[in-house]
Amino acid sequence: MQEIEIAELKKLTEIVRDKYRYDFSNYAMSSFKRRIQRILELYRFPSIDALCKKLQDEPLFFKEFLSEITVNVTEMFRDPSFWRVLRDQVLPNILLNNNNISIWHAGCSSGEEVFSLAITLREMGLLEKVKIIATDIDTAILEKAKSGIYPLKNMELNQKNYIRYQGTQTLENYYKEENGKVIMDKSLMANVSFQEHNLVNSRPFSKFDLILCRNVMIYFNQTLQNNVLKMFHESLFKYGYLIVGSKESLIWCDIANKFIVVNNEEKIYKKIRD
Amino acid sequence: MSQYNLNNQFRAVVIGGSAGSFQVINKILASLPKDFDLPIIMCLHRLKHVRNGFVEALNIKSTKEITEPEDKETIKKGHIYLAPANYHLQIELGNTFSLSTDEMINNSRPSIDLTLETAAYNYKHRLIGILLSGANKDGALGMKKIKERGGLTIVQDPKDCMIDTMPSAALKITEIDHTLNIQELINFFKELYKESKSNY
Repeated sequence: MQEIEIAELKKLTEIVRDKYRYDFSNYAMSSFKRRIQRILELYRFPSIDALCKKLQDEPLFFKEFLSEITVNVTEMFRDPSFWRVLRDQVLPNILLNNNNISIWHAGCSSGEEVFSLAITLREMGLLEKVKIIATDIDTAILEKAKSGIYPLKNMELNQKNYIRYQGTQTLENYYKEENGKVIMDKSLMANVSFQEHNLVNSRPFSKFDLILCRNVMIYFNQTLQNNVLKMFHESLFKYGYLIVGSKESLIWCDIANKFIVVNNEEKIYKKIRD
Repeated sequence: MSQYNLNNQFRAVVIGGSAGSFQVINKILASLPKDFDLPIIMCLHRLKHVRNGFVEALNIKSTKEITEPEDKETIKKGHIYLAPANYHLQIELGNTFSLSTDEMINNSRPSIDLTLETAAYNYKHRLIGILLSGANKDGALGMKKIKERGGLTIVQDPKDCMIDTMPSAALKITEIDHTLNIQELINFFKELYKESKSNY
């Protein structure tokens, strides 16, 4: 596999930005390069030039490109200890001051985390009090999330995670099996709205009690991460919570002093300053 | 005069290992001089869902503290790093870490190949890559990349390994510079240390 040069990636991101208004120039380099390499192999492009040409000449191809450029590997109840802290500390804390909870799940991918959230809320008897907005840059993956249909083989890991989470039931109660796939209980999504949204260059569109953005910003460089975090800060009510992935961090970024660390192991932050 | 012809050109050491590598790492880190200043980046196969216990176990005997880096953390001289569970650990141009939750590679996340390859891309010939005992081929392609970029490649002697699949796979596709047993690996680090001190 030919090594991709930075100059070629720059050319590609310029074409995508100028023609389609999606700016990938601040995505983290190693992962972005790997995604492009993957696309070249998948579509058998002999070079990035060939990929650039296709993007220039065939607008319909861009949707596929967008679907393949993002990493969509996800699990239900990934980091079970996090979900326990969410259930036992974060959500009850939000309820101390509110009757209802508004949650933004940013970068929801194929929805496994959204379903995990809904299951957690249902088991707490809170699902009716919560409004969830789940967003992603990729409309194809959002359709997948809306359908709630997953490969059966994924459920083994999901069940293991759920058991470690110590849920009150068994994960099987939330789906039915059909032809090597599982169909999630649609009622879990009654208060969830899936929307297309690009975190790059985005402005706040609402205010939330809780923003979940786990293992999404690892694919952004520091500049972009800083911008997104600023936007998240503005999108939170005072004393609202921001949660990122267990090995991500807010500490070095501009808005760090507007948050306190509620739980460093699970990277749960609380906004204390506007 | 060092038998390894080291030239003090190196800026980092990457170590990959799986089954059978824990004791080797322990011995190396237990005999490391406290002011050894090359960053050491370790990618060891581990259980995906076990976040605590591994780095703590390694820290018992190590002369220097080992940490599991966070995304975007700067790679610092004299520090020892261990790839955290259930993430791929990559090295970015500019000497920072980046994480990924992408598909497992060779059934592993973290993947040794990914750490080695991105390290090779960043450090080029200023990198030492070491591959230890393990039961699959993860790391073979990474070692090849390190060699191609002019770095120094070392594997644990297959005869010395608990499971030799990993170093043997690397030997098969690349002309590895040195094949060392555990004692020779410990001596290698001592030579590296001496070399780095002698040029001040």
